[in-house]
Formats: sequence, C-alpha cells, structure tokens
Amino acid sequence: MTTRREFLVLACGAASITAATTAKAQIDPNQQALRKAAMQDALRRVVGDAPVRRGRVKLQLPPLIDNGNSVPLSVAVESPMTAADHVRAIHVFTEKNPLPDVVSVTLGPRAGRAGLSTRVRLADTQTVLAVAQLSDGSFWSDSADVVVTLSACLEEGLI
Amino acid sequence: MARAVVTLPAQARRGEIIEIKTLAAHPMETGFRRTQLGELIPRDIIRRFVCTYNGAEVFRVDLHPAVAANPLIAFTTVATESGTIAFQWVGDNGYSVTETASIRVE
Amino acid sequence: MSICTRPCLVLAAACVLLDLRAAGAAAEIPPAERRSGYEFMGRETRAMQDDDAGNPGLLWVLDGEALWKRKAGAADRACADCHGDARASMKGIAARYPAIDAALGRPVNLEQRINACRTGRQKAAPLAFESRDLLALTAYVARQSRGLPIDIAIDEPTRPFLQAGRETFYRRQGQLNLACAQCHDDHWGAKLAGSPITQAHPTGYPLYRLEWQGLGSLERRLRSCLAGMRAEPYAYGAPEFVDLELYLMWRARGMKIETPAVRP
Repeated sequence: MTTRREFLVLACGAASITAATTAKAQIDPNQQALRKAAMQDALRRVVGDAPVRRGRVKLQLPPLIDNGNSVPLSVAVESPMTAADHVRAIHVFTEKNPLPDVVSVTLGPRAGRAGLSTRVRLADTQTVLAVAQLSDGSFWSDSADVVVTLSACLEEGLI
Repeated sequence: MARAVVTLPAQARRGEIIEIKTLAAHPMETGFRRTQLGELIPRDIIRRFVCTYNGAEVFRVDLHPAVAANPLIAFTTVATESGTIAFQWVGDNGYSVTETASIRVE
Repeated sequence: MSICTRPCLVLAAACVLLDLRAAGAAAEIPPAERRSGYEFMGRETRAMQDDDAGNPGLLWVLDGEALWKRKAGAADRACADCHGDARASMKGIAARYPAIDAALGRPVNLEQRINACRTGRQKAAPLAFESRDLLALTAYVARQSRGLPIDIAIDEPTRPFLQAGRETFYRRQGQLNLACAQCHDDHWGAKLAGSPITQAHPTGYPLYRLEWQGLGSLERRLRSCLAGMRAEPYAYGAPEFVDLELYLMWRARGMKIETPAVRP
C-alpha cells in the first residue's frame, strides 16, 4: 500500500522529471526568438540609435560553468576615470534568460576603476553582452559565450 | 541575523583605489519558479544597491532577477578622505538593509 | 521518449553498463587516490569557496555565531554559557561526527547532537532539520574544524553501525537499481549529464550548493541523490541515514574539513 508520504515522494520524483524535461538545455526556438528580440529592445532602451562599438570592455565568464544558478561574472572597462573621461554606466544583457536585463551599474570618477564582479543566473548556453556608456556619450561592448550544462533552477525546492 | 557582510580596508592612502566586497543574504526569487502544485512563486528581489562615501553616491547597481541569490557585489572606490562608507540594499516587499564602515585616509 | 530526460537516459545507460560488471566488484578508492569534491569543480567555483569575504556560506556562519551567544529555552542558557568561545571548544568536534551518543547507544550526527543540547540542556524546543537556525549553528560549529582532518574513531560499539552504513553504500536501491558505490567508487571522474561524478566525500558540510542557492546539510544532499536514483529518501535523522553518514565520514578519514564548502 502506498502511503501518502510515499506518494508525495514519488510525485516529487515525477515532478522533477517533468521539470527537467521542460528545462532541458534547449530552449524552444520560438521562445529563443522572442527573448533575443527582448534583448534588442532592452539594448535599444539604453543606447537608442547610437552605434555600439566592440572594445574597451572586458566581460569575463567561465566558458564552461558548473551550475547556471550562480555564475561568477566580471566586467571591466578601460578608462582613466577622470572628470573629463570616464565611464558613466555599465549594462549587462542576456539573450536567452526570461528577462534580458541582468545588472546596470551607475558610476563615475570616484569609482577609481570601472568595473563590477557579481554572480548571475544563466538559463541556457548563450552569449552574454556587456555595454559601457562613456562620458562622451559613446557606447562600447564586449560579449562572452558560455556553455551551461545544468540550467538554473532544475531542483525544485527541498526534497 | 547577518543580513549583509562588507569587506574593505580600514585605512588607505589618499588617492588609493580600494576594493570593496559586499555579500547580502537574500533569495533573489525570480518570479519564474513554481511550487510543486504549480503555483507561481512571486518575485522578491533586491532592486538597488547604493554605496555612498561621506554621503556622496559613488557606486550604484540596479539588480534584476538574473542576479544570483545572496548577491555578491564587488567594486572599487577612490579613498578620498576619512569618514564613513555606507552601503544600502533596497528591494521588494519593503526590504531595506544598511551597513556602514569607517575608513581612515592618510 | 518525451518522458525520459537526458539525466534519466544517462542513468539508465549507466545501469546497463554497470550490470555487466561482476556483482560486488566495487572496490574502495585507495586512500592516496581520494579527492575532495573541491577538485572536481571549475576554477571560479573553487575561488568562491576560498574567498572568505565572498563565500555565501559566511552568512550562515555569522548567523550561527549570533545564535551561539543567544540565551534560549526554559533554562535561559546560551551555547556560550557552557561551551565558552566556540573557536576553542568546538575545534575538532565536527571532524569526529557522527559519534556514539552514550544515552542512545547509537551514533548521532552533529545536527542531532546540537538538538540534544537544546532539549536537554537549554530546555528549548529542538530546531527543525534544514531550518535556517539549525543550519547556521551546525555551519558555525563545523567551521571551527575547517582545515582539520576527519577523524572518525571506530571502536567496538561503533563497528556495527559503520558496517550498516557500508552495506547501504553498496546496496542497489530504487527503480534504477543503483548502488552509491557504482558511481562514487567505480565511476568517479566520469561525467553524468555533463557534470563530473565526484567521489562523494562529505568534507564540507553544511555547504552552499549552487543548485539550492542556499546552504544545506549532508542529509539534504543524500535525499537528492536517493530521489535521483528513484529510491525512497530516508527521513531526516533516520538511523539508516546516520549510519550512512558515519560510513561516508569514515571513508573520508584524514581528508580536511572544508565547511562551509561551495558545490555546484
């Protein structure tokens, strides 16, 4: 006879199979297209029509990550950080997470160095984009490709 | 209970760039997860982190659900003068935590 | 094929392969070849563990430090009132657990030992397994043994429980009919669903697991393993569990405590 507790445990097992199926390391292509468009919108909200040039920004992520729930991320921008020439903002975007924005940093000459280290969630193997806005109004960027073998949030709660 | 931990030097030379490391206790609930019964767990995140140096803002971060739980925010600031460096985290559901540290600048 | 996930397929394939081996061929890892789970992680995750200012487990250790000093229960006593400074009194303690509880006549793990103090000495309600307070206190106590070698004493009273734990480790369980030893003695270093199979040494518990986005106990991790094997997870604090923990700690004897560790 299956007791209620045994049933719940088996159901947890079944639920985790289902959760794993829907979160397997391939997001539905339609979903992917929508999320990529969302990232372009988020980027446009920040830069408008201005061109974004590659360079000056260094985005560092482990190429192969242990777990998408907590991925160490470092972004640094080459800049003298003087009143005349400094970084005003740094934005990080993803193309496959449910939401495109990750962090936005607002800073100035008092930071000394333009940069941030943090830990982020990544939902799938993807490209992460960092965009810096300089005091002269120009935008610079860098991107990093990561391979995520376990998507964020596979194990649902306390077993 | 430990709501946040900040690590930075207690003293520095004037003009020196110092490293600051902060860690906040927070689940950063994304708003996309569901319970075993299928109910959506509501979003509950830290939305903003601000560092002020003797009252002047020197570093600000807007956080989104993509930031991992128990967020680490590490950055730098120039040691300009002695005084207080304050850190504030503000988020959903009235979350607000402040930590301060004294710094002696020669 | 839609029901079966990639990990399920891989485990099923593992079953087939492992069945071809002679029954009971699982051999213990030679002491010189034992590696902590630390060595199977990426460089950045290792850095997270090593960074005293950035290791998320620190938040629980600090909570534990506060709880250590807080008076509790009808006896209105704090841990500190009897045990003083944990840095001295708790040094080496976690490295010896699970250990025989004289009154019960069987081993208890560190969480159970803490609760025994709470109910017996502080006259307070026991802390629930996996509650933030119990995790914080356990992490704080175990942190005082960081860097010390695991030192499980096996004497006549302990031997039968160690044997029971060893039998659990080697016993095939669950719908996938897998024994712990088949992955963790025979196939450590190989990959399962993209992640390396570790040797399963509990050197850093309670630890911050990235999958949990929080700190958790060895029993929580073992329950996840059992659920993954489609076996019934034992209840928190069950004798089968503590015997298994005893065996796992003995199997890791001499390896250094890393609490609070970080793992994927």
